[in-house]
Amino acid sequence: MVCQECKKKQATVHFTKIINGEKIELKLCESCAEQRGDLDFDGQQPFSVHQLLAGLLDLEEMPNVKGQTTTSNAGICKNCGLTEMQFAKIGRLGCTQCYQTFGARLNPLLKRVQGRSSHNGKVPKRSGGDIKLKREIEKLRESLNRYVIEEKFEDAAVLRDKIKALESELTQGGGA
Amino acid sequence: MSLKGFIDKNLSRWIQEQEGKTSEVVLSSRIRLARNLNDIPFPFLADSTDQSKVVELVRDAMEGQKDFSYLSRKNLSLEDRQALMEKHLISMQLVNDNKDSGLWLNKDESASIMVNEEDHIRIQVLLPGFELEEARKKADELDDALEQKLNYGFNEEKGYLTSCPTNVGTGLRASVMVHLPGLVLTKQINKVLTAVSQLGLAVRGIYGEGSEAAGNILQISNQITLGQREEEIIDNIKRVTKQIIDHEHNARKWLLNEKKIEIKDKVHRAYGVLSNAYTISSKEALELLSQVKLGIDLQLLDKESSQIFKELIVLIRPGYLQKLYGQKLSEKQRDIKRAEVIRERLRN
Ligand SMILES: [Zn+2]
Ligand SMILES: [Zn+2]
Repeated sequence: MVCQECKKKQATVHFTKIINGEKIELKLCESCAEQRGDLDFDGQQPFSVHQLLAGLLDLEEMPNVKGQTTTSNAGICKNCGLTEMQFAKIGRLGCTQCYQTFGARLNPLLKRVQGRSSHNGKVPKRSGGDIKLKREIEKLRESLNRYVIEEKFEDAAVLRDKIKALESELTQGGGA
Repeated sequence: MSLKGFIDKNLSRWIQEQEGKTSEVVLSSRIRLARNLNDIPFPFLADSTDQSKVVELVRDAMEGQKDFSYLSRKNLSLEDRQALMEKHLISMQLVNDNKDSGLWLNKDESASIMVNEEDHIRIQVLLPGFELEEARKKADELDDALEQKLNYGFNEEKGYLTSCPTNVGTGLRASVMVHLPGLVLTKQINKVLTAVSQLGLAVRGIYGEGSEAAGNILQISNQITLGQREEEIIDNIKRVTKQIIDHEHNARKWLLNEKKIEIKDKVHRAYGVLSNAYTISSKEALELLSQVKLGIDLQLLDKESSQIFKELIVLIRPGYLQKLYGQKLSEKQRDIKRAEVIRERLRN
């Protein structure tokens, strides 16, 4: 067995990581294993994690990206230039915008690796203020729609003004 | 400089000894938060202009953090970077990459911020013993301070946006480094590890087939970062680790009651080899050091404090050895120097 890293020396060290019951194995020579710093306190993801992720993004399911001409840029992130094909290959995003660009492709993947797909944790303080406002606006919109259906137009008008005020607060806040 | 002086000057806070029963098993606790700046490509795609921009933005945001200083990757020698990695302060990626990357590090080396690693920003707090909550509090404060000046990539649905989808959401990786010689010697380790990995936690062994770890050291960390709240993630690891500590203590008790002579023999032989060897591989050294630590913890060996174990697992690694001796060393030379360091450290 030849070392998977340098592909030269004899592999003598077997490196294993278990993720959610799945075993990832690496066979390395002594010096590559040492080089990789496998004593590292989770300093980095082993490279196989990205390969594993890429494997989960089934290339066969991909719309025919390869044959596509540049007339359609649906599969490219406008901000960083990462293509859907690259994303599927390396299993990584290129920038924060990619999360929007590749959302449809990403969500099933997130469900598979993360179990759940909706954030429930910390919200940054500054942009978090925006999120609070946005949530309130959404709520008000729902009520507004209800009033419209119920033909309570006066109440609806009050809400509409309120939403407008909040929306201008949102843009003035400069966030997001 | 004497070895003692070198150690005092070079080792980080997490290597210090922690009082208390859990610290016999939990060597250190770590919290890492992955953060990225909006719209700037992640480091692996960023060009050098973007990379420098991130370095500058973080520099501005770090203004006022007097306890921290910045180490730019390009000003560090390979040996320095390797030594930082062996202290678990930077990743392998930061050792090898050729980016405008670097590290903000506080004085006792308990808190650090990697810039332009896999993500733009990785905040890390690393403490001795079983101190996940304390570590999280510190990391959180740093995160808040940075966020006041930086536009993080964040979205309501996905949380903190990261380069790798395995970190998105909280961006939080919590881990504990545990020393489990009792479970290994009583051959229960595989059962325990299987159980742990089924609870959504990752276990990393070092060297060795399957779950066998060099020096009987393992790391347990959360695998899931999205959907769970930070408190839940930490609580989960804490609960599981507490159970592992109990199992480890029981295994040690059993060994003391049923196999005292065998264990005593093992421990003293290990000590004998370590204090007399003239060449030793890191793998063998780690194994023997683990047994010596077990002996100290079980009070079968009263010559030493278990502090030496934490010091030596760092000191005997290639980067550190080369830093200590101030020169490049071949594998063979390292084995010789390693034995020398251990002999000297055990004698003092
Ligand atoms: Zn190799
Ligand atoms: Zn992008």
